[in-house]
Amino acid sequence: MSELNRTVLYDTHVALGARMVPFAGWEMPVQYESPIEEHKTVREAVGLFDIDHMGQFLVEGPDAMRYLNYMTTNDVSKLEVWDAAYSLMCYADGGTIDDLFLYRLPEAYYVVVNASNRAKNRKWMQAHLTGFDVSITDVSDETYMLALQGPKAQETLQQVVGMDLNELPFHTATRTQVSGVDVILGNTGYTGEYGYELFFPAEQAVQVWTSLTDLGARPIGLAARDSLRFEACLPLYGHELGPDITPLDAGLGFAVKTDKPDFIGRDALLKQRLEKPERRLVCLEMVDKGVPREGYEVQIDGASGFVTTGMYCPTCEIYAAMALVPRSLAKTGHEVDVIIRGSAKKARIVKRPFYTPAYRR
Amino acid sequence: MSTQVPDDLKFTETDEWIRVDGEEALIGISDFAQDALSDIVFVELPKVGASFAAGEQFGVVESVKAAADLKMPVGGEVIAVNDVLEASPEKVNSSPYDDGWMIRIKPSDSAEMDKLMDAAAYTTFLKDR
Repeated sequence: MSELNRTVLYDTHVALGARMVPFAGWEMPVQYESPIEEHKTVREAVGLFDIDHMGQFLVEGPDAMRYLNYMTTNDVSKLEVWDAAYSLMCYADGGTIDDLFLYRLPEAYYVVVNASNRAKNRKWMQAHLTGFDVSITDVSDETYMLALQGPKAQETLQQVVGMDLNELPFHTATRTQVSGVDVILGNTGYTGEYGYELFFPAEQAVQVWTSLTDLGARPIGLAARDSLRFEACLPLYGHELGPDITPLDAGLGFAVKTDKPDFIGRDALLKQRLEKPERRLVCLEMVDKGVPREGYEVQIDGASGFVTTGMYCPTCEIYAAMALVPRSLAKTGHEVDVIIRGSAKKARIVKRPFYTPAYRR
Repeated sequence: MSTQVPDDLKFTETDEWIRVDGEEALIGISDFAQDALSDIVFVELPKVGASFAAGEQFGVVESVKAAADLKMPVGGEVIAVNDVLEASPEKVNSSPYDDGWMIRIKPSDSAEMDKLMDAAAYTTFLKDR
């Protein structure tokens, strides 16, 4: 196995008693004490995540907007300065390369990508520069990324930020200072709660982290990050998305703007949209007791699908799964079998999501 | 946090413990095992009356991240299961040797107990993990 990267906060995590695990080439904290307690902390108070493994690219130049509009599925031309939006990069056949967050800065676009796809994305993006006056810089190494999430995120951050956070609407960003450090601050996140994502020079990581934990933000590991995003039905690349799963399969049609000018994957996705996808990502709630897990077979009326992510939901207090199943059978209320270690356990298709995000209530 | 290994128990290499109580015995998983598994969210236990051989799987414990088989330290018949774990699987985390017990059995061959590790041997066994 190749050497794992460590974030600047590695020693801080170890001192906090974190359990460190390999994740996407990084040694990351999977939990500090209890993943379930950490999950509840984010739902009820405020949690702090080291997500420095994520990648950031700066896309600059006169054609930056046109380029990103060609490379990704959402309509980048709609972004005003400081808007942030979810988008996806696809292959020509509609399969997903990665999902990402775009931030429009005054002078450039900031693209935040999954750690596991950073090198692949960079290569793909650089291979499609012909005809565009743009430059792409991978700024992941020098950029630190933290997420502060939960109903108390705003009041916590307000104590150390150089602005009125009421003036930072959902899915926008700005430049400000946090604990004396220059940051790009996004009103964004991946937990289903209100919260923020912070980008700043890596050498300031301990200072920013400590100032927020001193205010009561609790460190949250990757296990709770996964259960938080899962309850809110936010997709994770490698599970709900991949080269053989299109954004439309995954129910992400809102971020696929087939009515905009050409983009990579448009023809395939438009065709899929018109013909209706053969598969659909559904939410399953277990009726029989058992824990559905990734890869488990789902059987519906003689047809079959598979679990993309499954686990116990600490807030909803149910055993649940997201699963890709034949579309014709993907009806809410339908009963299905999940094959758990050789035995069929009953589950029911329920409305998405399991947990309605705070910002959609 | 140090791992608890009570003196009055015997252990398997798959981290189950057994406590002999007259003609019967209680079985659960060790403090090391519950800690390694992390938050436990589901425990599947056998029916009373079921019989298993030593080393045979009698159930499954599932944590937030993984599923692990539960194996019989010795052979025997299940005479009780800890029904509390159905609604409160987290008791395996908070009290692995007491409230978090899993099954009560009637061992079929008491000589099988001699093949298990005592607390000192299990402590040494854990050091190499």
